[in-house]
Amino acid sequence: MWQRCRIVLHRCHIGAPNRGTSRGLGVDVELELRGITKRFGPLVANDRINLAVAPGQVHALLGENGAGKTTLMNVLYGLLQPDEGEILLDGKAAAFHSPKDAIAAGIGMVHQHFMLVPVFSVAENVTLGIEETNHRTGLLDRRKTRRDVRDLSRRYGLEIDPDAMVENLPVGIQQRVEIVKALVREATVLILDEPTAVLTPAETEDLFRIIRQLKDGGTSVVFISHKLKEVQAIADTITVLRRGAVVGERPPSATEDELAALMVGRNVQLRVSKEAAKPGEAVLDVTDLTVADETGRVWVDGMSFQVRAGEILGVAGVQGNGQTELCEALMGLRPTAAGQVTLDGRDLTHATPAQRLRAGLAYVPEDRQEDGLIGSFSVANNMVLDQYNRPPFASGINLNLGAIASRAAELVTEFDVRTTSAAAPVGTLSGGNQQKVILARELGQEHKVLVASQPTRGLDVGSIEFVHRRIVEQRDRGVAVLIVSAELDEIYALADRIAVMYEGKITGFRPPTVPAEELGRLMAGGSEASALAPDPGAGTTAATPASGAGT
Amino acid sequence: MSEQTPPPDSPHEPEAAAVPEGPSEVSGGPEPEAALAEVAASSPEDAEQPESPPGEQLAAGGRARLVLNSIMEGRPFTVTVLALVAALVVGGLINAFSNTTVLHAWGNFFSAPGHALALAWSTAVGAYVELFEGSIFNPHTVSALFQQASIGTALHDGYVSAVFNPLSETCVQATPLILAGLAVALPYQAGLFNIGGQSQFIGGAIVATYLGYGINLPPVIHVIVCVLGSFAGGAAIGWFVGELKARTGAHEVIVTIMMNYIMAYFLAYLLAYHYLMQAPGTVNPITSPIASDAHLPLLFGTHLRINAGFLIALACAAGVWWLLDRTTIGFEFRSIGKNPSAARVAGMNVERNWVLVMLIAGGLAGLAASTVIQGTDFTLNDQSFGTYGIDAITVALLGRGRPVGVVWAGLLFGALHAGAPLMQAATGTPVDMVQVLEAVVVLMIAAPPLIRSIFRLRGGGGVLQVLARGWGA
Repeated sequence: MWQRCRIVLHRCHIGAPNRGTSRGLGVDVELELRGITKRFGPLVANDRINLAVAPGQVHALLGENGAGKTTLMNVLYGLLQPDEGEILLDGKAAAFHSPKDAIAAGIGMVHQHFMLVPVFSVAENVTLGIEETNHRTGLLDRRKTRRDVRDLSRRYGLEIDPDAMVENLPVGIQQRVEIVKALVREATVLILDEPTAVLTPAETEDLFRIIRQLKDGGTSVVFISHKLKEVQAIADTITVLRRGAVVGERPPSATEDELAALMVGRNVQLRVSKEAAKPGEAVLDVTDLTVADETGRVWVDGMSFQVRAGEILGVAGVQGNGQTELCEALMGLRPTAAGQVTLDGRDLTHATPAQRLRAGLAYVPEDRQEDGLIGSFSVANNMVLDQYNRPPFASGINLNLGAIASRAAELVTEFDVRTTSAAAPVGTLSGGNQQKVILARELGQEHKVLVASQPTRGLDVGSIEFVHRRIVEQRDRGVAVLIVSAELDEIYALADRIAVMYEGKITGFRPPTVPAEELGRLMAGGSEASALAPDPGAGTTAATPASGAGT
Repeated sequence: MSEQTPPPDSPHEPEAAAVPEGPSEVSGGPEPEAALAEVAASSPEDAEQPESPPGEQLAAGGRARLVLNSIMEGRPFTVTVLALVAALVVGGLINAFSNTTVLHAWGNFFSAPGHALALAWSTAVGAYVELFEGSIFNPHTVSALFQQASIGTALHDGYVSAVFNPLSETCVQATPLILAGLAVALPYQAGLFNIGGQSQFIGGAIVATYLGYGINLPPVIHVIVCVLGSFAGGAAIGWFVGELKARTGAHEVIVTIMMNYIMAYFLAYLLAYHYLMQAPGTVNPITSPIASDAHLPLLFGTHLRINAGFLIALACAAGVWWLLDRTTIGFEFRSIGKNPSAARVAGMNVERNWVLVMLIAGGLAGLAASTVIQGTDFTLNDQSFGTYGIDAITVALLGRGRPVGVVWAGLLFGALHAGAPLMQAATGTPVDMVQVLEAVVVLMIAAPPLIRSIFRLRGGGGVLQVLARGWGA
């Protein structure tokens, strides 16, 4: 342990590692994966994947959810053992039986979900597992750890206070702590698994700046994402995965359409074509809605808005600003602390979820596996999950299995759900088809208001297209639609009116023609206007509707 | 895949490769996304979690729940049968190596090896033969039957009944096990683990016994009142547990275990005073016998103990099946058991269902008491509850939490219980051997990975694999 930390220290003092030198484990490691195959039962998650990461490069792995990106990186990080193939470091075969081996070989990983101890300080988190002790007293050497963190933080412009409690830090900073953790362990190859999923546009910009500095310092970065624009903005090389296999390698100058087509396997339409909205009367009326959790923390703070028939109101905002709580309160899953919710003039403020469903609210929950579906239930049962006790599916307490089955058959056809049969467990379906099951259930019944939270999260491009078209269709039928999404592209694609949510409040209503920079500013609380000068051509902040059509 | 990775230095060359002619083109439906959805359906979407249901459970309910689920929902039939085989082998070995005669023969193994092996074999098998004869069919009874002069005398003197006595005993023993097993299996389907069969049994027993000796009613009505009373008594205890969980979030496992103690001591208290339930003129903790009007009717004459309780058990199993699979109530139970948060989002009242399912389960355990008190014992003492509530857990486990499975598991354990006395009488094998068999069966069922590895079945390591993945993903 002690010796190991000496090495860390040593590296910290020599300044930025130079390219071309090769000391011990090597600063500039050329990483190569050859013919990696990983099977889960009959399923081939990785099929003879070849990948070479040059030193000091940002190598993007682009692919839809389930394309095998994470599996591949888990193999590289020693969490999974490949069935075939080998990992080469500087041309020498390496076998990683656990993350420990991978870390020792200079590979660091920042997981999608951070592995931090919330009640520890930054410095404590960074040294967790490689704690350094003072060799005279045998006690933890906190001072040195703090210094190391500060040095690294300064060198890469991370701006981390080593003494801050992790739980008090914003998500973007927590991510940097994870990066420092990897750097302290001498990572020369850093894997970032969907790093921007939880970040604001501004934080994404900061992350990209850090990645560029790491790159200049000789660290290779493997950047996993399914977002085309980000990949184009940061990567030196883009490797596209589809269905577990490498389908192509492109430079970042490749067009968005080309990348999308590679990723999906056919040409996709990235925009939803829709006509101008013809809004009618306000159907859903929310006045001063306040929602607090058990601990008294206020998540939704006096929100007021209306959704009119035949319009889509898009609620934009960075995740964790109360959007989840807003939707849950609208559906009666969370008590309302104050305010009023009415549907067509009927007060629903204290109604149960069942009463709200009956009153004409349809709900597409944010987390479809946790809240929307019962994985082991059949597709048919999931399609009546919130209507099982109404005619024609039930008479008295008797279930009418025939009616449920025929209803399921109808919806499977209408919504083009790809399943072996309506009796198959819904958990065996792909994410896109699972979402179709939920949509079929919610849209297939009589409703006046549709509340959809992150309706396309984790879906492939083709399914996103399908879901978006269905939602616009609902609007055109006169349904009042409320969309909550953290994806600006989605908000732009769907919304007729945009409400931006920040810390439980609406910071502004805007028309869909508003520039992304302005939305980004509102999403960050509306006060950081100057700090957010967009870096031209890079990142999601540049995702204006115009550029979304492809270059 | 139709194209391979092009070399990085010629990135623009294979433009055509960007739009491949995959199977999607061939199967393309009228709408473009149809083809894509096909791809999506068969794509390795769940590559990261090929066994998604257990994976979800891990997130939802923790490790204990996961293990329980994999026990209840593993590959049922093969594992169950093999577990039985394994239990018989282990039981036979224990028997062969614990019997003193056999042990003595092992001592002379080198002088007479054949003798020791033969003796070990005959001891092990002999015990099982007696177990079989005591629980299912005894050939001696048939030969005795054929020695009778006429059918009339055979019927009258009980020789015919003797042939069916083992089966009758099996059913009698199985009856409370099935009912109590249902009381564990039903809440399990709603995601609750009912350890409180004992307390609910006692609750039912107290009410049934009191109604049995304390009041006078016409014959048929008296039976029905007692049976319904036992259901109410057990249901009250179950309702209390469900209510506590629904209102305060108290974990049902803790509460039911505590209730077991509370009810056992409450019963002891009732049986300690003559002005409560202790029989007049006795110092023993026992009640007066219930009125013969309150006895459950025998099904096949006075020589066989099999009674209407068995029919109640079968009817309840059918009822539970109907409730679970054919009603909106069961739909809610199962939804809540599989994914309470999705159930809540779908408008189901999770708390109310907890109360309801515990109430019904308590009632079923109470009925188990009714079949013991009104069917075989006719009095209540401080040991009447035996270990029914605990055995019920193993029965439900073996029956995989399904009503039909519980019936078969109950019959199996009933047979073991019924055959044990004859086995001990005839071969000297202690009745405890039956508990060893039960324990091994349950151990084997509870350890499917073990079973799979012993018999080299595929797909082993379910639980551990999932746990490991849950950590990794």
